[in-house]
Amino acid sequence: MIGTWIRAAVLSLGVGVTAVAAEDFIVVQSTTSTQNSGLLDAILPEFRSETGIEVRVVAVGTGQAIKNAMNGDGDVLLVHAKPAEEQFVADGWGVQRYDVMYNDFVLIGPEANPAGVGGQDVEAALAKIAEAQAPFASRGDDSGTHKAELRHWSSAGVDVAAASGTWYRETGSGMGATLNAAAGMGAYVLSDRATWIAFGNKDGMKILVEGDPKLFNQYGVILVNPEKHPGVKAPQGQIFIDWLTGPKGQAAIADFKLDGQQLFFPNAQ
Amino acid sequence: MQGFAQEFTMAMGLILSGDPELWAIVLLSLRVSLMAVLIAAAIGMPMGAALAVGRFPGRRVAIVLLNALMGLPPVVVGLMVYLMLSRSGPLGVLELLYTPTAMIVAQVVLVTPIIAALTRQTVEMLDAEYAEQLRSLGVSRLASVPTLLWDGRVALLTALLAGFGRAIAEVGAVIMVGGNINHVTRVMTTTIALETSKGNLALALALGTILIGIAIGVTGTVSLLGARNGQQEMRHA
Repeated sequence: MIGTWIRAAVLSLGVGVTAVAAEDFIVVQSTTSTQNSGLLDAILPEFRSETGIEVRVVAVGTGQAIKNAMNGDGDVLLVHAKPAEEQFVADGWGVQRYDVMYNDFVLIGPEANPAGVGGQDVEAALAKIAEAQAPFASRGDDSGTHKAELRHWSSAGVDVAAASGTWYRETGSGMGATLNAAAGMGAYVLSDRATWIAFGNKDGMKILVEGDPKLFNQYGVILVNPEKHPGVKAPQGQIFIDWLTGPKGQAAIADFKLDGQQLFFPNAQ
Repeated sequence: MQGFAQEFTMAMGLILSGDPELWAIVLLSLRVSLMAVLIAAAIGMPMGAALAVGRFPGRRVAIVLLNALMGLPPVVVGLMVYLMLSRSGPLGVLELLYTPTAMIVAQVVLVTPIIAALTRQTVEMLDAEYAEQLRSLGVSRLASVPTLLWDGRVALLTALLAGFGRAIAEVGAVIMVGGNINHVTRVMTTTIALETSKGNLALALALGTILIGIAIGVTGTVSLLGARNGQQEMRHA
């Protein structure tokens, strides 16, 4: 099965740029963090100039990206919620999942820090926020970040569903919109580091908790299964996956820096 | 909000200096919305006129329904068009999702009821005024439609502008069916939404200023044309 795809990929590479028309493109369903941070804008031109394949990125939350991919509205899925990704493949919607890169989540909060959180332990920090009933802005949108946040709340032994609408506020929006909301409300918020660094409206907010191994954030890439959706451009999609997880794509990811900071760390096997 | 003024000035500079990327976004917005209004007019004007002069059972219900449809929520329209155009939807084979065409389709759905309802109102008023005269000349109700539309053309321009205003300012539907893909389906409103979510509030506001400027420009031009036309009419009369 995988051999077939690799052969298809090699074949279409062999036929080369002539066979790949100028209008050749794939649609990648991805998350806001990869787009808002500027990563994809930075690395995709290199891929296009090498292969002639244009990558059209639809950036939504991980939950929506997965659903869109299930509807066949994308050739490749690039998201960050490993359990959901593995389920996607297990259910036959995707061909195979590959690790691509990682970064980490950070707990952001107002400089005044009314709940007095700090250090490394994210669960202890969340418990303190719940204790103080300090405002917390949640994505509330079934995104990868939202799923991670809910895992931490659950480990911290806090039932956020009960607090919904009081100090626990679900914005139902993307990472950037939620950061804007948190800035407006003086709320705590869990964000991926890349979006936070690239975010332009940090006014009065800063990172309070970071470095907990539990805050590790892995990104994976999956080819949408052409057996489910014959319209999927499998050969081109596989070329993109091979490039992204290969030496050139991995180097491009590592080279992407903002304000001198590396935002994503390649770890494809 | 430090440096807000500075960032805003920079963004305006980008606009005024004719930054090609930004202007491509502006042109795509205009292309999509003007095309949508054109198609919506081709459907909505005859529909509105037919409702105005036609006499058939259920007409009142149809009018109430049409007026209600003027308030269609863009997100719902976006969702409906997405479900139709998705690869797993009935029109998936057309491969139209995430293209400017999909955005035009969504805006046509949004704008057609507005143009149809306003046309209906205009034509009905003119019909009440001229019905007797037209009937005495032996013109049937249906045959009088082109005459009435032509006579009400200045008012109908306003209907078109209302439709255009709705189309160009709308974000919920186009972001869903267009996907806000850079260089492909990114328009003014989706760019503003994106820049806001990146926390680049000054840039977003500057882009919003151009959007308002475009709306004023288009509306002003059409109104001027309409006014001149109207004056000529007066002189002829």
